[in-house]
Amino acid sequence: MKPSTRLIHKYLRHDKKFPHVWCPGCGIGILLGCLIRAIDKVGYQKDNVVLISGIGCSSRLPVYVDFNTLHTTHGRALTFATGVKLANLGLKVIVVMGDGDAMAIGGNHFIHAARRNIDLTAIIINNAVYGMTGGQTSPTTPYGMKTTTAMYKNIEHAFPIAEMAVTAGAVFVGRGTVYHARLLDQLIEKALVKEGFGVVEVVSHCHTQYGKLNRLGSAVDMMRLQKEDAISVEKARDMEPTALEGKIVIGVLVDRTVPIYQEEYEKVRARSKGQVLAEDL
Amino acid sequence: MGKPGGKKGREALLQGNEAVSEGAVAAGCRFFAGYPITPATEISEVLSVRLPQLDGTFIQMEDEIASMGAIIGASLAGVKSMTATSGPGFSLMQENIGFACMAEVPCVVVDVMRGGPSTGLPTSPAQGDVMQSRWGTHGDHSIIVLAPSTVGECFDVTVMAFNLSEKYRTPVIMLMDEVVGHMREKITVPPHEEISVYDRIQPTVPPEWYIPYENTTSGVPPMAVFGSGYRYHVTGLTHDVRGFPTTRPDEVDPFIRRLSRKIMLHLGEIQVGHTYQTEDARVVVIAYGSVARSARQAVREARQRGVQAGLLHLITIWPFMRQAVGRLAAEAETLIVPEMNLGQISREVKRVSAGRAEVVTINRVDGNLITPDEILEKIMEVSP
Repeated sequence: MKPSTRLIHKYLRHDKKFPHVWCPGCGIGILLGCLIRAIDKVGYQKDNVVLISGIGCSSRLPVYVDFNTLHTTHGRALTFATGVKLANLGLKVIVVMGDGDAMAIGGNHFIHAARRNIDLTAIIINNAVYGMTGGQTSPTTPYGMKTTTAMYKNIEHAFPIAEMAVTAGAVFVGRGTVYHARLLDQLIEKALVKEGFGVVEVVSHCHTQYGKLNRLGSAVDMMRLQKEDAISVEKARDMEPTALEGKIVIGVLVDRTVPIYQEEYEKVRARSKGQVLAEDL
Repeated sequence: MGKPGGKKGREALLQGNEAVSEGAVAAGCRFFAGYPITPATEISEVLSVRLPQLDGTFIQMEDEIASMGAIIGASLAGVKSMTATSGPGFSLMQENIGFACMAEVPCVVVDVMRGGPSTGLPTSPAQGDVMQSRWGTHGDHSIIVLAPSTVGECFDVTVMAFNLSEKYRTPVIMLMDEVVGHMREKITVPPHEEISVYDRIQPTVPPEWYIPYENTTSGVPPMAVFGSGYRYHVTGLTHDVRGFPTTRPDEVDPFIRRLSRKIMLHLGEIQVGHTYQTEDARVVVIAYGSVARSARQAVREARQRGVQAGLLHLITIWPFMRQAVGRLAAEAETLIVPEMNLGQISREVKRVSAGRAEVVTINRVDGNLITPDEILEKIMEVSP
């Protein structure tokens, strides 16, 4: 077994019945590899990691890995994560969601989690479609594309996940694709070590549903598109917005320092016990 | 449970909602997530002051769905947790309440009932959420629902709610009504060391032997806390004893049955009700919440007029106290069920009575409470 494979196996639950639920060629498997490599790199202990998900293809990810794992309700993963983290600050809380999960049903929780700046890492795998239910329109389905609930083409406009995270107050925001797996390793690692609400948007593909309906070819063909459409944050900065249409801007969108919720809450605790803080004078 | 009115302890003039907050603190609650809503907001306000003093955490979430998610998360991480709301928020919480049933996560949900449906009557009392508290979330599940009727009971029943939720790994709903939530009464808060507090049983076996959803004799498996070295999977999908999703009928069936069995096996401990002058009663009033207070007064006055009246005051609403009600149905001629709804508990009373006693209802849905006179009048009307 190659050392890189051995590293992945170190974190898998071997008592869980494999094979996994994902279609052959799905990007979620690549993300799982990236996540494991990043966690290993930063040296978290398995006992201290809580991996939380919502509902959908991506949200089946935690069950395969040997951490404290929590598969919650649709869209609500971040709310459960908020409770877990605030109840035990020593835990490393990582949340994996899909685009429908995090942006549609869970959109409100997403922006508020970012605003609060609770020390969590949110990973959103964006394949622009509801895969598990059979390929329906999601909030990130591009305009003009077909889905099983938009057979006459999608007339809504997509949410830019990473940009929305920046606006909502996330202190670290990165975007990668499953094609750029090495970059994804680094982005996840940075988000993990970042104090505060870190977001990584992972652009992926659903060749089984979305790809088939829109004649985009195989998983490999769709990953080729990720490669061709990707443009680095640095390059994108000097480009006109019109030139960026249809492009995937990858890299670190924001990395800033803002006091985390837990730190601020310590002030609340101190004041509740009658202490006068320097900033209150 | 602490005894309000006992000699020791601290006397206080409290609102029902405040007493709930104090009861929660006494029971060991150290995490509260909530969203403002009348008539439950005072619980949030008090706990936002009290919890940080005790190194606990109060957080105001973006909605009630989030509040429910957050308390489940905190409980999984080992901290006793609570939220409080009213009808509209309670409706929003239902999906995650089902998650707590499915994943067997202890937590307490207070619903200070207002008139409904929808936005309804925010500042008026009602008891319209009785059936919702039992069946609000989808699917077969067990749940415990308790209803205090005095400020003193608000304190005691909150402690009881936490203890039962920890013991049976289930969400416990506290059904209050606006009268109970907002009324002020003098209570004696017992010294905390005198209050018996139950903490969930945690596994003692080595982690590799731990079976998180084991079908134990009591029906309640020990619960490991995240971060304690027992790494396991928690899911809202139907799962096997290891916690992993399953669709195998031979695994699904015993699991779903255990969720009910763990409650039904322990009715003796879960069901609390008070009887008042029922020994020789021909007419028995069955009431809960603020209506039980009116009922007690009505029974007292009926007795003064020589009528053999009695009262069964339900603290435990669900699981329904069918044995106690069944006994009364066999002994009394008439059961009167006054409720601030169009008849929710009365349906259960009729079902259990099965024609043995006549069941008469008094229903009010106009935002006013049911007065002692109304109940007395009915008692006199049905008495021979």
